[in-house]
Amino acid sequence: MSTTFWVNGERQTVDVDPAKPLLWVLREQLALTGTKFGCGIAQCGACTVHIDGVAMRSCVTPVSDVDGRQVTTIEGLGSESGELHPLQQAWIDHQVPQCGYCQSGQLMSATALLADNPNPSDADIDAAMSGNICRCGMYGRIRQAIKATSVASASDEPLFYSVAGVDHV
Amino acid sequence: MNRYFTVLRGWIMSKLSRRAFIATGLVAGGGLVVGIAMRPGNQAKSLAAKLGPDGEDLVHTYIKIDSNNVVTAVIPHSEMGQGVHTALGQMLAEELDADWEQVQVEEAPAIGEYASYSAGRRYLFANVDFPNLVIPTVDGMMMNVADTLNLQITGGSMSVRTTGILAMRIAGAATREMLQQAAAESWGVPVEEVTTADSHVIHAASNRREPYAAFADTVAAMSPSQTPQFKNPADYKIVGKFVPRRDIPAKVDGSAKFALDVRVPDMAYASVVRSPVPGGSVVELDDGAARSMAGVIDVVVIPQSSVGGMLGETLSTEAVAVVADSYWTANEAVKTLQVTWSETGFESVDSDGIYAQFERDITGGTERQSDRVTGEVSAEFASAARVIDADYHVPFLAHTCMEPLNATADVKSGRAEIWVGCQNPLGFRRDVAAILNMDPEQVTLHNHMMGGGFGRKARPDYAMQVALLSRSVGRPVQLIWSREEDVRQDFYRPAVQSRFRAAFDSSDRLVAWENTYTNKNEPIEAPLIPYRVAAQDIGYVSSPVHIPFGAWRSVDHSQHGFFTESFIDEAAVAVGRDPYEFRAELLQDNPRHLAVLRRAAEEADWNRPLGAGRGRGISLQESFGSLVAQVVEVTVTDGQLSVDRVVAVIDPGLAVAPDGIAAQLESGIIYGLTAALHGEITVENGAVVQSNFHDYPSVRMREAPRIETHVINSGHDIGGAGEPGTPGIAPALANAVFDATGLRIRQLPLGNFDLNYQAEEEGVVG
Repeated sequence: MSTTFWVNGERQTVDVDPAKPLLWVLREQLALTGTKFGCGIAQCGACTVHIDGVAMRSCVTPVSDVDGRQVTTIEGLGSESGELHPLQQAWIDHQVPQCGYCQSGQLMSATALLADNPNPSDADIDAAMSGNICRCGMYGRIRQAIKATSVASASDEPLFYSVAGVDHV
Repeated sequence: MNRYFTVLRGWIMSKLSRRAFIATGLVAGGGLVVGIAMRPGNQAKSLAAKLGPDGEDLVHTYIKIDSNNVVTAVIPHSEMGQGVHTALGQMLAEELDADWEQVQVEEAPAIGEYASYSAGRRYLFANVDFPNLVIPTVDGMMMNVADTLNLQITGGSMSVRTTGILAMRIAGAATREMLQQAAAESWGVPVEEVTTADSHVIHAASNRREPYAAFADTVAAMSPSQTPQFKNPADYKIVGKFVPRRDIPAKVDGSAKFALDVRVPDMAYASVVRSPVPGGSVVELDDGAARSMAGVIDVVVIPQSSVGGMLGETLSTEAVAVVADSYWTANEAVKTLQVTWSETGFESVDSDGIYAQFERDITGGTERQSDRVTGEVSAEFASAARVIDADYHVPFLAHTCMEPLNATADVKSGRAEIWVGCQNPLGFRRDVAAILNMDPEQVTLHNHMMGGGFGRKARPDYAMQVALLSRSVGRPVQLIWSREEDVRQDFYRPAVQSRFRAAFDSSDRLVAWENTYTNKNEPIEAPLIPYRVAAQDIGYVSSPVHIPFGAWRSVDHSQHGFFTESFIDEAAVAVGRDPYEFRAELLQDNPRHLAVLRRAAEEADWNRPLGAGRGRGISLQESFGSLVAQVVEVTVTDGQLSVDRVVAVIDPGLAVAPDGIAAQLESGIIYGLTAALHGEITVENGAVVQSNFHDYPSVRMREAPRIETHVINSGHDIGGAGEPGTPGIAPALANAVFDATGLRIRQLPLGNFDLNYQAEEEGVVG
């Protein structure tokens, strides 16, 4: 049985078990490996994509559910001309990723948040981002990067670290 | 991970008597290869071919220069998010005097030439200051030994302080000297007049300035020094400065390739299940349902295999794998398997029984071994004005790397190709070769950046499984562990119990410290305290369990940091002292420790009063060559704990990559906070109970505190960064909870306790 949907603006038709989760269709049929497998039960958020603009966990979304709908993955987050999404740039500016494995999902959740709420409070960020686990623990930097990209942000908050000392080896 | 090196020390010594060091000739081949000096670098001819210099000159084991003057630093360590490729690249580029914007970094291949000789030297001869004359010889010996042992480890917060210090900066400086020499000869000017800057050699007097690339051919024919002159640190332009990490851009657009993203033609996918009780094998298998599923290719019993190694034996017990045309199909099919596993004898073991066993073994004190005995401990306790005691314990923990364990293999025609993300590529190659009865040269291993490692990916079982599986089905296979398998088949941070007594004299001075705990691993100094206590008896008893041991971020420090820094707090409280002031007084002999502790107290504004329901706690832990103090602020409202703020100070000697150090501290703190708040692997009927993030939770955004980090460049030897942030968060947090509630937390995780308990007086939970 085939399913037809749009991924990053391109029409795709796949002939797979309709129960197969979107995550594995993206990774195995469509060679879009930026979306990651982390838990398989919608607990960690590594597989987050946008479905009609809403952040969803692709590991528990049967591909049949996206028939006729628009899917955006990390590979489609930037502009058509190749420019990074402002949040992707903020992720670089704030040196957010460590291992980086969860960051596709983090970015998909964060971009959905800002699209919906261009000036999120800390509580809004907590609510929107707590479905995404980062085992490297980069939550502070994620929060900073989101705030730096929000409408109200006039300037970056400083990073929370200082380096002092005189002698070197 | 330092466990490696204690064992390594003995192992190396046994090898040295038999292995002479071989001085290989250093002739540059057509690929323009030059060794670092003699031995560590003298892999010239073979390397040029193996690295495939597409228009690049391999001017040094660790350095390539292309015709556009782009320098590539070849980094013999694995990237798992700690930023090691960038930090080591900085150290090399600094001494090379390279233009950082024109420097690339790439991971060294898993071949013997890139074995971690420097780690061996650091640990075998940690405190030996060799004369320059013998350094090449020593390094040559270490190179041979490391190669023999297939040592290519990333762990133990080691990379910067071993490979960085003993290989990268030497490579950079030696190559810079060769470039100066080559330019001087070419220009007919004295070498002393040739300077370098931004990947160029310069002769100011004659107004000459040429890119390094112009002399790459010449340099390739020269012999580099192993004892070059280093820069004056005051002139550093790259080390100690903020530079963006090189691996980050690919991690924000989905293009970073993890092992999970490997695609090999004709590749099938597999999922696997092992006995829930460690050690079980297959007695009966009903795979009818699995085999009838569309897309299932085969069901394979992967035989048990085991390999030795410096972490001890890695036993990969029998497993049942389903191979299919999709991972989802394979994993759905695994769920239908009906497997009867053999009895192991551990079926009646549970967590309570393990703790009861620890209690018995500590109380019995059988064959107690000592870590440190000083002063007259018995006499001090006999004459003490006051004695306090306490028992602590912490549970097993799983690693739960964000990227579940996975590997891809193509084994056929006497060759094996493995794609994996691991912390010891050469070791994995050796282990895969061993179980396939091949020579290591028949195995090509491609190491990928890891979605987390934390010590788990130093164990090769998952690579061993996929190698056997690919051979069995005769095609390339990508094996992905489900998260359930990842949680239930880990090599676990051990559960430990620790018993303390402390004695005070009539002036309320702490005069004796007695500590007995279960099951010592590494690093050996983890249970030691930095405080001036005249009489100390710190030791351990053996209390074996069937749950396999694994190195888990900061290893034994992760338990003992909590134990010792909580009990010293109890000691302060017992005599009515401020926990910070009490520690500070006992650190008068350790000014470096005191400076870190004091800085944390200052940055946290330690004496500022907090409101009702709020509390503040402090900790200090030295680990992996770095000192870390933490102050945690919490709020407890109606039993609900909020971790509001963490102030962390680290003295790593010198922060090579300051933002990287800050990031590692933040990361280590959150990793330890997850363990402190939630982390608990329990055992029932011999098997691990937990299975995924719903019952083995991680700290999430809403629980993550604001973390402020401060770095002190003290000028001491460079310490590690990956692990030192982890040990101190649990005790600082528990001490803060005590400050807020009067409840003393002696067991983790904190989430198990009702903080709403209203203590009449000082309460103890757990």
